[in-house]
Amino acid sequence: MGKKTGKQTFQFATPPVIIATGTVAGPFEGQGPLAEEVDVVLSDLRNGENSFEQAERSMLIQACRLALDHASRGSAEVDLFLAGDLLNQIISSSFTAATLGIPYLGIYGACSTVAEGLALASMILDGGFAGAVLVATSSHNATAERQYRYPTEYGGQRRPYQQWTVTGAAAGLLGYTGQGPRITAATVGKVVDMGCKDPLNLGAAMAPAAAETIACHFEDTGWDPDSFDLILTGDLGEIGFKLCREVLAEKNIHLGENFSDCGLLIYDREKQDVHAGASGCATAGLVTFGRLFRQFQRGELSRVLLVATGALHSPTSFMQGENIPCIAHAVRIEA
Amino acid sequence: MDWQTYFFAFLVGGGICFFCQLILDLTKLTPGHLLTGLTVLGGILGGLGLYDPLIKLAGGGATMPIISFGNSLAKGAIAEAEKTGVLGVLTGMFELTSTGITAAIIFSFLMALVTRPKG
Amino acid sequence: MPAKKLNPKQAAYQKKVKKYEPKPKALRNALLAFLSGGVVCLLGQALTDFFGAVMDLPPEKAATPAVATMIFFGALLTSLGLFDRIARFAGAGVAVPVTGFANSMVSAALEFREEGPILGIGAKLFSLAGSVITFGVVTAFIVGLIHAILPGR
Repeated sequence: MGKKTGKQTFQFATPPVIIATGTVAGPFEGQGPLAEEVDVVLSDLRNGENSFEQAERSMLIQACRLALDHASRGSAEVDLFLAGDLLNQIISSSFTAATLGIPYLGIYGACSTVAEGLALASMILDGGFAGAVLVATSSHNATAERQYRYPTEYGGQRRPYQQWTVTGAAAGLLGYTGQGPRITAATVGKVVDMGCKDPLNLGAAMAPAAAETIACHFEDTGWDPDSFDLILTGDLGEIGFKLCREVLAEKNIHLGENFSDCGLLIYDREKQDVHAGASGCATAGLVTFGRLFRQFQRGELSRVLLVATGALHSPTSFMQGENIPCIAHAVRIEA
Repeated sequence: MDWQTYFFAFLVGGGICFFCQLILDLTKLTPGHLLTGLTVLGGILGGLGLYDPLIKLAGGGATMPIISFGNSLAKGAIAEAEKTGVLGVLTGMFELTSTGITAAIIFSFLMALVTRPKG
Repeated sequence: MPAKKLNPKQAAYQKKVKKYEPKPKALRNALLAFLSGGVVCLLGQALTDFFGAVMDLPPEKAATPAVATMIFFGALLTSLGLFDRIARFAGAGVAVPVTGFANSMVSAALEFREEGPILGIGAKLFSLAGSVITFGVVTAFIVGLIHAILPGR
C-alpha cells in the first residue's frame, strides 16, 4: 500500500503529465470570459448535426481529436480512453469511443467526471499499465435540460439559485513522460447525502461533498490551504460555493482568496442571465483543460487542487422523492 | 363591445396571473402543479356555477386562463347529465372544450413537423 | 412519496441552505405577470369580439374560436423559439392563459421530433399537458356525477 496516504488519498511515485488538451465551447459560452482559453468556439448550438445529442457527441470527438493533434499523436498511440458525460448510459462518450477506436472505459461521476478521469488515468499510468491515456468529458445545455428538466422551448421560469448547464467538451492526453503539469496526488471522495432534494439547487447539494473531500485531502497529506495557488471546486455555483466555504470553516479550515469555483468562471454573470453560475461536466472540464492548462504553460500556477463535484441523482430518483447523493474527487496538479 | 369588459378583462386576467406568479415564486410548486390545480379549481367552480358570472364580467379575463378549461369540462358534463342522466357525464365531457384540445393537438403536430427546437 | 426523516446533521445543513438560497423578486415578477397576463387576456377579449362580430356569434360561443386562436399564437411563438424568452419575463402571465397550455404541448412535440412522428411527437405530445387534462376530466366527472345523481341541485 505504498502509494496510499491517509484514508482516501493516493500519491503518485512518477506523477503523470498532462501533455496536451483539446477544448470546444458552445456559442453562449463563447460570449463569456473563458472564450479566449478554449481551442474552438462553436457558432451553432447544433454544430451542424440533426439533434442536440449528436451535437454533443461531435463536440466530444472534436475535443479528443484536438488533444491528439496538439500532442502530434494518432489514436493508435493511445492505450486507453476514459470518458463520461451526463446523458443516459453515457452515450456521448461511448459513441465517441466507437469513432476513435481506442480501448475504452466508460465512467460516470456526473459533473465530477473530469477529476474522476484524471485520478483513474493517473493510477493506471503510475501503475505502469499504460503509456498514454486520453481523458474526456462533455455536456450540452439542450440535452441536459431535456433529460433532467423540461423541453428546451418550454416557458418555465428559472429559479434564482439555478445554474446553467455548459455546452462544451474537453479532453486531455496524459502520459507517463513528457512536458506539462503533473498530477501528483488524488483524493477519491465518498458519496455524501445531506438531505437535499431540490434538483434545481444542485450547488447546495454538492457543497458538503466538496468540503468533505477538501478536508480529507488536507488531513491525508498534511498540506493546508496556503500550500496551493488555487483551490478550485467544480460547479458549485454561487450558493454552493458560499455553503462550501462555511462548512469548511466549521471544520476549522479557512479558505482565503485562493479559493474559487469553475461554475463562477465560465460566464459573465453581470451580462449573461445564468443565475447562480455554470454547471455540467464541461464546466470543470473546460476550466481544467482550457484555462488551467494554459496558466500552467505560462508559468502562472504551480500548485492547484481541483475538486470536481457531481450530483449522482437521476430523473427517476428525484421524481420518486429520493435525496440527491453527491460526490467530489480531488486531484492535485503541480507544475 | 364596451370598454368595461376590456377593463375587467385586463384586471381579472392580470390579477389571476399575479397571484399565480406569487404561488410559483413563494413555494416550490412547479408550473405543472399550478396549472393542474387551477384546472381542478375551475372544475369545482364550474360545478358550483360560480365561474360563469366571472366570464360575464371579465370576458377574456376569465376565458383565457386555464381555470376556464376546468370550468368548461364541468359545464359540458353537467349539461349532458341533466339531459340524459349518468351517461351524459361521459358524452358531454368534451362538449365545450373539444375545439381547444383539437386545435392544440393539430397545431402542435404541424409545428413539430416543420420546425426544430432552437435550444 | 416516502419522506425519509433527516438526521440532525442533515437538518442542520438544510437550515444553512435556506439561509443562502436567494429569494426571487416576487413582487416584481408578480407585477410583470399581471401586466403580461392582462395584455394576453385583453387580446383574448378583442378576438372574442372580433369573432362575435364576423361570425355573428353570442359572446359565450365567440370565446371558443378566440381560445383556439390564442392557442395558435402560443404554438407559433414556441416553434419560433420566442415563447421561452417571453416567459422568462412574463412568467405566469403567459403560462396560466391557454398560451401556456399550447407551449407545453408544442415544446414537448418539438423536443421529441427526432424520435419520430409516432413514438416521439405522438407519444410525448401530452407529457406535460396530460396532467391538466387528466385532473380536469376527473374533477368534471365527479362534479357531473353529483349533478346527475342529486336531483334538484
